[in-house]
Amino acid sequence: MAETVFAPWDDPAEKPLIRFRNVTKQFGSFTAIDDLTLDIFEREFFALLGPSGCGKTTMMRMLAGFETISGGTIELAGQDIAAVPPNKRAVNMMFQSYALFPHLSVYDNIAFGLRRDRKSRGEIDARVAEMLKLTRLEKFARRKPHQISGGQRQRVALARSLAKAPKLLLLDEPLGALDAKLRQATQFELMDIQEKTGTTFVIVTHDQEEAMTVASRVAVMDEGRLMQVATPERIYEAPESVYVADFIGDVNILTGTAQASGEAQFRVIWDGEQTPLVAASSREFHDGQACHLAVRPEKVSISAERPEAAENAVQGKVLDIAYLGNLSTYHVELPGGQIIKAQTANTRRISRRSFTWEDPVWVSWSATAGVLLAE
Amino acid sequence: MTRLSWFNVTSLTLGFAFLYLPMVILIIYSFNASQLVTVWAGFSTRWYGELLQNEAFLDAAWVTIKVAVLSSTIATVLGTMAAYVLVRAGRFLGRTLFSGMIYAPLVMPEVITGLSLLLLFIGIGLDRGVLTIVLAHTTFSMCYVSVVVSSRLMSFDRSLEEAALDLGCSGFDAFRLVTLPIIAPAVISGWLLAFTLSLDDLVIASFAAGPSATTLPIKIFSAVRLGVSPEINALSTIMIGIVTVGVISASLISKHRTLRQRQEEQAAARAA
Ligand SMILES: Nc1ncnc2c1ncn2[C@@H]1O[C@H](COP(=O)(O)OP(=O)(O)O)[C@@H](O)[C@H]1O
Ligand SMILES: [Mg+2]
Repeated sequence: MAETVFAPWDDPAEKPLIRFRNVTKQFGSFTAIDDLTLDIFEREFFALLGPSGCGKTTMMRMLAGFETISGGTIELAGQDIAAVPPNKRAVNMMFQSYALFPHLSVYDNIAFGLRRDRKSRGEIDARVAEMLKLTRLEKFARRKPHQISGGQRQRVALARSLAKAPKLLLLDEPLGALDAKLRQATQFELMDIQEKTGTTFVIVTHDQEEAMTVASRVAVMDEGRLMQVATPERIYEAPESVYVADFIGDVNILTGTAQASGEAQFRVIWDGEQTPLVAASSREFHDGQACHLAVRPEKVSISAERPEAAENAVQGKVLDIAYLGNLSTYHVELPGGQIIKAQTANTRRISRRSFTWEDPVWVSWSATAGVLLAE
Repeated sequence: MTRLSWFNVTSLTLGFAFLYLPMVILIIYSFNASQLVTVWAGFSTRWYGELLQNEAFLDAAWVTIKVAVLSSTIATVLGTMAAYVLVRAGRFLGRTLFSGMIYAPLVMPEVITGLSLLLLFIGIGLDRGVLTIVLAHTTFSMCYVSVVVSSRLMSFDRSLEEAALDLGCSGFDAFRLVTLPIIAPAVISGWLLAFTLSLDDLVIASFAAGPSATTLPIKIFSAVRLGVSPEINALSTIMIGIVTVGVISASLISKHRTLRQRQEEQAAARAA
């Protein structure tokens, strides 16, 4: 039996859990969210990614009910939520600062929302125990928030926001305060919990690696607008704009003009001295149109001789080497002054590195390695 | 320990003498056996005994405590509400005017506050007594409470309230279950401030008090005008004692709490 891929966004019959319809949010004369339309589906792990101040938190706060909407509508499960106050929404939020109640124990923090629903003692006890187990906090139930570590606090905040079994959980930079190791472990924990509970997660982050790791789909934002919404693979491999290509991961951007050279094939004329580059593209360009070729450094090879089969090859000299442990990034300067980054895996020890500073080298990539972008 | 220079020792001694010498003299003379205040005639606790027999002083003490408890409690409720509105409500029409008006009584001469209250009480035909003193004290001490509480609310993390709303609280429940317990220390110090202000207020109380009710400061002041008696010294010594015990225990409690909290935080950091 073929495993069905989770991709409700490709299924026109699927009803989204959240619908943003031309949503605008203004703070005075400043537009924080600009005519934004977006569908998020049930059981998704949806990531909002963007630089600081692009409106991620504002989107979350509109979903949770802490900000009114200036224009457009937001629907949750088919219902317009503009008039629903925060305490009546089936939405819970995990705050950037965690916002744990300092005067209550871990147990009482988690039980807080359940008590507001006038659940029986037994029910509350059972649910809190379940949450403590899920987040591995059983031993800390009686402690106060200031008596536990940062990582534990973060798990309490998660447990508290999950306790009411919301339809939608909003996580605002949940791992921002954790160090790299703990962060990675927690990302997997989050994915695990999301799968176990079947809750729809919307996570805000400015860390692109985090978004790529956890999310089923990623929305890249800039200045209150959506630049692209797609799966992590597509965002990385098929960015639709230079902004997205540049924001996610490392990339070489070569600017020139396009010229058709066959079926879905273009020549990119750039920098007079060099031979034109060859790039495959399903996107159409008319002759002479300005274009940008985006090539990831790991798709660029570096060699001493000109590789025979390479469709694109340019010569330069090694300007800089960034040693990243498992990888090395070579910055190669071309005669015209541009710099191309090429990445290689470090399978050998560093003392036996093949190239060093000032070495003349060839960098090469195939016609399908890059993405041709109009803007 | 660092050694103090002779200059430091001198200034320290002078400073403390300036502050505490009058009180020390008062305490010593409260144990004077003689009826004459300035003549030392041996140690005695006689005036303390007589004080307990003095109906007028006991009545005044009782009125003072009643007034202080009632007025500081009402002032705390009103002052906290005002502070909450001023800090939370953001901008509304006349906000600046409102916040200015709430702090104005802080700088208003007490005589004027007292006089205006007196005119009000006469105007509405309210007989002067415990009720009028309570009202008067509430009026001026609620601004102090409001100042103390609003400075705490300024630094209060708003997202705690939002988290409470998010978890299903109504606005009032969020205040009752989250905000109030967290700002409680500020509210309590506001109450204590209002309480002490009410205890030692003379000016406003003299406007608001009537023949049916007198407070201790008024009583002491009028007694002293007829001459200082050893009884007054005894009474003052008791008040100094109460205040000292209160201040020392409050600071010990808070010191102990911060110490314990720091230890717990360190323990948590080690466990992490
Ligand atoms: N309450 C507010 N009043 C005025 N401006 C605000 C308010 N909240 C957010 N903004 C502005 O809106 C923009 C988006 O903010 P935010 O959503 O917090 O960004 P981020 O993507 O970093 O979470 C920022 O420029 C911020 O200054
Ligand atoms: Mg933010």
